[in-house]
Amino acid sequence: MTIQILMPALSPTMTEGKLTKWLVKEGDKVSSGKILAEIETDKATMELEAIDEGIVGKLLVSEGSEVIPVNQPIAILLEGDEKASSIKATSVTTPMAAKTESIAAAAAAAPQAATSAPEKEYTSFKTQTVREALRDAIAEEMRRDPNVFLMGEEVAEYQGAYKISQGLLDEFGAKRVIDTPITEHGFAGLSVGAAFGGLRPIVEFMTFNFAMQAIDHIINSAAKTLYMSGGQLGCPVVFRGPNGAAARVGAQHSQCYASWYAHIPGLKVLAPWSAADAKGLLKAAIRDPNPVIFLENEILYGQSFEVPADDDFILPIGKAKVERVGAHVTIVAFSIMVGKALQAAEILAKEGIEAEVINLRSIRPLDTETIILSVQKTNRCVTVEEGWATSGIGCEIAARIMEQAFDDLDAPVARVAGKDVPMPYAANLEVMALPQIADIVAAAKSVCYR
Amino acid sequence: MATKRGNTKAATSSVGSKVLIQFYRDMLLIRRFEERAGQLYGMGLIGGFCHLYIGQEAVVVGLQACSKPGDSVITSYRDHGHMLACGMDPKGVMAELTGRAGGYSKGKGGSMHMFSREKGFYGGHGIVGAQVPIGTGLAFAHKYKNDGGLSFAYFGDGAANQGQIYESFNMAGLWKLPVIYVIENNKYGMGTSVQRASASPDLHKRGEPFGLRTMTVDGMSVTAVYEAGRDATEYVRSGEGPVLMEVNTYRYRGHSMSDPAKYRAKEELQKMREQFDPIDRLRAELVEMKAMDEDGFKAIDKEIKDIVTAAAEFSQTSPEPDPAELWTDILVEAA
Ligand SMILES: Cc1ncc(C[n+]2csc(CCOP(=O)(O)OP(=O)(O)O)c2C)c(N)n1
Ligand SMILES: [Mg+2]
Repeated sequence: MTIQILMPALSPTMTEGKLTKWLVKEGDKVSSGKILAEIETDKATMELEAIDEGIVGKLLVSEGSEVIPVNQPIAILLEGDEKASSIKATSVTTPMAAKTESIAAAAAAAPQAATSAPEKEYTSFKTQTVREALRDAIAEEMRRDPNVFLMGEEVAEYQGAYKISQGLLDEFGAKRVIDTPITEHGFAGLSVGAAFGGLRPIVEFMTFNFAMQAIDHIINSAAKTLYMSGGQLGCPVVFRGPNGAAARVGAQHSQCYASWYAHIPGLKVLAPWSAADAKGLLKAAIRDPNPVIFLENEILYGQSFEVPADDDFILPIGKAKVERVGAHVTIVAFSIMVGKALQAAEILAKEGIEAEVINLRSIRPLDTETIILSVQKTNRCVTVEEGWATSGIGCEIAARIMEQAFDDLDAPVARVAGKDVPMPYAANLEVMALPQIADIVAAAKSVCYR
Repeated sequence: MATKRGNTKAATSSVGSKVLIQFYRDMLLIRRFEERAGQLYGMGLIGGFCHLYIGQEAVVVGLQACSKPGDSVITSYRDHGHMLACGMDPKGVMAELTGRAGGYSKGKGGSMHMFSREKGFYGGHGIVGAQVPIGTGLAFAHKYKNDGGLSFAYFGDGAANQGQIYESFNMAGLWKLPVIYVIENNKYGMGTSVQRASASPDLHKRGEPFGLRTMTVDGMSVTAVYEAGRDATEYVRSGEGPVLMEVNTYRYRGHSMSDPAKYRAKEELQKMREQFDPIDRLRAELVEMKAMDEDGFKAIDKEIKDIVTAAAEFSQTSPEPDPAELWTDILVEAA
């Protein structure tokens, strides 16, 4: 049998090359690994090794030949005791032709995710802080599923840097409430492995600012593996902790990461405002079979809200909540900005402007439907976020409104966002850097042309 | 905490000829599979990056022979050998390399990203060092569930300089996790030799401050690796804590298919190939022991050749993924 040696592709981008030098001649016996020739690719000069054993029957291209296309036969190898006379033209296997265009045409738009079940109605409530609601959510889910565990810095013996995990070590023990070293990159990666191994980790970041050391594992390991494994390896981890500005802690401790994580397919991103949001969404996050980024807010931890007093209380992921109904302007906010938006709405009402306030709750998936329905009614929209405007959540909302409700708009969407500066420390400058109620009022008036 | 150390040398006598023949076969399968992958790459059938394992076969064959069902294995992008050693189907691996529907990741992962939950193989990771904390987490899960399993976390000499490795060692040592860290020291991370990248080239010593049991092993001898692996797995399974094993090996090919490997002397490669090749060495041993005759070797050659040919064929006849696959496996649908 004769074997054709083809011009090889020796780099991801090579389509043709030059044969600079033959290192064998006709009649030479070669074995696997023997260098046959030197080939110049688009990147470097490479050596071509023999794969099969045999005798070089014929060299089909001469030394110095340029622009030899990949897969063109360059030599013929004789196996065993064949004679050169047995060489005859044989067909060449053609490689997969690039068919980028037809493939692109087949790639239709992403199928729309089915809208999740609507929120249940609850009748009895209890007053709780966001802190208590988060703790109860974790405790209830840990009681429900022995594979759920909590890990992070100071979560166990110290009872949580922000006291979210108060009492959990007592109830669940050191096996399930685990103090980690200060090693975000490492324990985020460890949690991904634990999830691959069948557990359901809740990872507390002391704040999301420190999760930047872990973001490689959150994105490359947690979010992408399901896809890269063809659906084999899901990663049920909740990454949670305070996000955004606290008070007077300066630039490195005061950043909102909502738009960073919202960018990533394979993640879900939640941002609760009230204690009910916190409890219902955290329980949903822990039960979700996907990696969930759960963005809390330190200033909200101590605030009290009504929480449904029902053991089965849970909120659907991907569903926004209309916190206030109004006909003149839609204000879309999340996390701490929902409270500010509601206060702004009170001021606006005194001036005859009825604002509809939407609490996003879920940043990814984003409940476009609720936003669009509201804008179709009010014809005006203001987005509010603590993070920077550039490539922020407001941009995404504005784009979706433009795509799906362009004709309903009576004014361009206005964005209220953090100023485009690192967070300053000085009290007066910090106030200036963050969105204030007055900014929301002003933006709402401007889109109402008032 | 006192650090236990152990150095192992080849101990042929204690390994029976049946086991040795199996090692020979398994190493040959990896070698021939990789040669064929290189060939398919040359034909344009495999795209992107493709990192071959040729030269390092003894490491994974010797170690995986010490694993038990239920154990976990994780490694870098240089992963084809590990998958074959875990018992994954060569057809599914090769078809993933060619990006076909019959591949382990349905063609969506490629050479660097393949997994098999069934075989306990957790990838296939393209970010240098990332598999090490994940492998530590797999060990954490074994301990949490108390299932008797352990985790093998393989990484390179280049990866050994990453911070997350030491974050992992620290947690594994602190929590006595059932994990065997395996540094496959093939002397280079891409074009940078260990001497040019590591302030202290004795990589195994880096486990000592964390209370890991450390070992150095001749990775060009499958029996030496196997003996070390038996020792290490016994230690870890008995609950003593993690092991760090530095296995000295050598990759014959470039870092990836497009690497001309100009950073090392030809003589260095020549010497490793001619004097230390793990397959040739074992073959010579088997001949000397009279454990197998020429016909026996021929039969294995043929068996392997057939397997690899069938894999290569499957990898070209399996269809490309359905366009609808673009949008699947992004999120798990809630039950
Ligand atoms: C974080 C990161 N940095 C750089 C790279 C590019 N890169 C891929 S492999 C490699 C060399 C790694 O060498 P080593 O750990 O010794 O493993 P080997 O390839 O020798 O098996 C580099 C720099 C990468 N994939 N990830
Ligand atoms: Mg290396």
